[in-house]
Amino acid sequence: MPDNQDQLLHDITNREYEHGWSVDLDAETLDPGLTEETVRFISAKKNEPVWLLDWRLKAFRHWQKMTEPHWGLLHYPSINYQALSYYSAPKKKPELNSLDEVDPELLKTFNRLGISLQEQKMLAGVAVDAVIDSVSVKTTFKEKLAEKGVIFCALSEAVQQYPDLVKAYLGTVVPIKDNFFAALNSAVFSDGSFVYIPKGVRCPMELSTYFRINAMNTGQFERTLIIADDDSYVSYLEGCTAPMRDENQLHAAVVELVALNRAHIKYSTVQNWYPGDKNGKGGIYNFVTKRGNCLGQHSLISWTQVETGSSITWKYPSVLLKGDGSKGEFFSVAVTANAQQADTGTKMVHLGKNTGSTIISKGISAGNSNNSYRGLVKIAPSATGARNFSQCDSLLLGNSCGAHTFPNIEVDNATGKVEHEATTSKIAEDQIFYLNQRGIPTEKAVALIVNGYCREVLDQLPMEFAVEARKLLEISLEGSVG
Amino acid sequence: MLEIKNLHASIDGKPILNGLNLHIQAGEVHAIMGPNGSGKSTLASIIAGNEAYQITEGDIVFMGSSLLDLQPHQRAAAGVFLAFQYPVEIPGVSMMNFMKTAINEIRAQKGLEPMEASDFLKLVREKQALVELDSKLANRSVNQGFSGGEKKRNEVFQMAMLDPKLAVLDETDSGLDIDALRIVAQGVNTLRNAHNAFLVITHYQRLLDYIVPDVVHVLANGKIIKSGNKDLALELEAKGYDWILETPQA
Repeated sequence: MPDNQDQLLHDITNREYEHGWSVDLDAETLDPGLTEETVRFISAKKNEPVWLLDWRLKAFRHWQKMTEPHWGLLHYPSINYQALSYYSAPKKKPELNSLDEVDPELLKTFNRLGISLQEQKMLAGVAVDAVIDSVSVKTTFKEKLAEKGVIFCALSEAVQQYPDLVKAYLGTVVPIKDNFFAALNSAVFSDGSFVYIPKGVRCPMELSTYFRINAMNTGQFERTLIIADDDSYVSYLEGCTAPMRDENQLHAAVVELVALNRAHIKYSTVQNWYPGDKNGKGGIYNFVTKRGNCLGQHSLISWTQVETGSSITWKYPSVLLKGDGSKGEFFSVAVTANAQQADTGTKMVHLGKNTGSTIISKGISAGNSNNSYRGLVKIAPSATGARNFSQCDSLLLGNSCGAHTFPNIEVDNATGKVEHEATTSKIAEDQIFYLNQRGIPTEKAVALIVNGYCREVLDQLPMEFAVEARKLLEISLEGSVG
Repeated sequence: MLEIKNLHASIDGKPILNGLNLHIQAGEVHAIMGPNGSGKSTLASIIAGNEAYQITEGDIVFMGSSLLDLQPHQRAAAGVFLAFQYPVEIPGVSMMNFMKTAINEIRAQKGLEPMEASDFLKLVREKQALVELDSKLANRSVNQGFSGGEKKRNEVFQMAMLDPKLAVLDETDSGLDIDALRIVAQGVNTLRNAHNAFLVITHYQRLLDYIVPDVVHVLANGKIIKSGNKDLALELEAKGYDWILETPQA
């Protein structure tokens, strides 16, 4: 194994035509295929230290021995991993001169979601003036964070600038062998966010990828690592309510959160990837591993997600409750319409004493879609005094959709208290008629009822995000009641 | 304002209304009384456009055009309001959000811009006072955890907010104690003017002591069998319905 980067680069660039294909380090895009060379290429391209290359290779070798999981209530053809390309240089979106050149349908959606003009331009790839607000906003933003000692940058940048921090925590929450998609991500991850909040610091603003320069197009294998040191607080926003299309069908992201003593991490996601056409054709496959580790005493990790997009969603944001008195929360709204399939939920693993967890899951299915909640609440022998409350509600719109609940509860400590509530309901005709009678058309009435049904979860989202998420729910369910 | 002509309606093939006629003019309050199962609540639902009922014959003309062509939300925008006998709960939807949506959807149907937030809040405060509705209720979910009396007062509050041309009150007095009854009646009396009309469906004469009707109708077996002034209600209270039902109608 080469022990310095130059040597590595040299080795790779000179190993021409091995395995029948050439490595061109100037290449913008790799040909389809996944071998050890692919992993080495990605690592070299990012100028990574040897320990990270080794880490990727270890993950890759393990991944080769694994098989794609199919235990979820999801139907999709097996993915041909050799037919995918694993590297393409961050591409600039086609630059347009003004919003007039953008697809009017897209603009209509932006407006209905209440997205600001400035943000619309960014999302649609319209060129913005150099002195425009967003640039200065970003600069002030960076200055403010630096003042507090908060690190918020691309993971690839963190690898170069804060290697000790990355090395100490990367893969500690989601080990490379954790599951098929996590192993794949570990081997070929493209980029993502890195956050470190120093001791005692309350992050002065919501961190969102929108403010991270070069954050767009981090690729299909995104990897995020957030570390909150003792007595710190951070709220992180992922995703965007605007409809996101991507040429890559497979997305396998990994998110790791580490909360030290009394730290609080709030992680909110709005996911609106392209769900495909009426039959689900062309939609994104979203296989995500998200996990937080409440390592410190009395730490708190809170996941909030609003999932409306993707053709397939396979996602279980979880919390390991190691620190005594630590708490995990999971608030989720998952909407499926047309032919969408979602198998989502959470795992709360109680290891420390007096740990607590709360799960509020709201599934909404419409059309021919299938929506499953899959959860695990585990109370280990060491977790004396642990308690959990779970509430899993399903709402059905129409007669051809499905809602399923798979709650697993394992209690190995007699002092554990676990409560589970589950309901399945349909929107009542008399509720719709009541709203109709007050002048509200049926489609809007359904949106109002659905929003009310999700209120406990939406209330967890930061204000502006919540407003957009409400509108997104409305748009997602359009035409599903008739 | 409202002209119901020879209305026949049924549910699941079972006839409920059998040739009902009713004429209400602006500025009038009409009361409909009648024994259980006579079709009183059905009439209210049909005016509002409940699709569970089939209209087999006749017409409902409101402000010069047929209501039958309009969907329930369009009827609301045209100025028809129904105070429900059993208001449903809508969990998680705040009264404020609900009322704001209702007002703005009606405005949208009329081609008007949404109401300014400050005007809306002013309106809420004013109308809340009218029905003595606790301001805390406005922040709660629609009808959720409301007492029976609060639900009914909430119906009158909504009526005041939407300011309809024709308000149908479906047994709004049922389950109300005397204080709540007084508040509800006071709300209605304040809203009464020369340009709107009320159709008050009730089982008991009691409500009509507070909301004095111009005309009282008796509904039995799906049609109006007798109409009169407010004294008819008193007579019904004293004698019951049997004496009318036994008298063949001309």
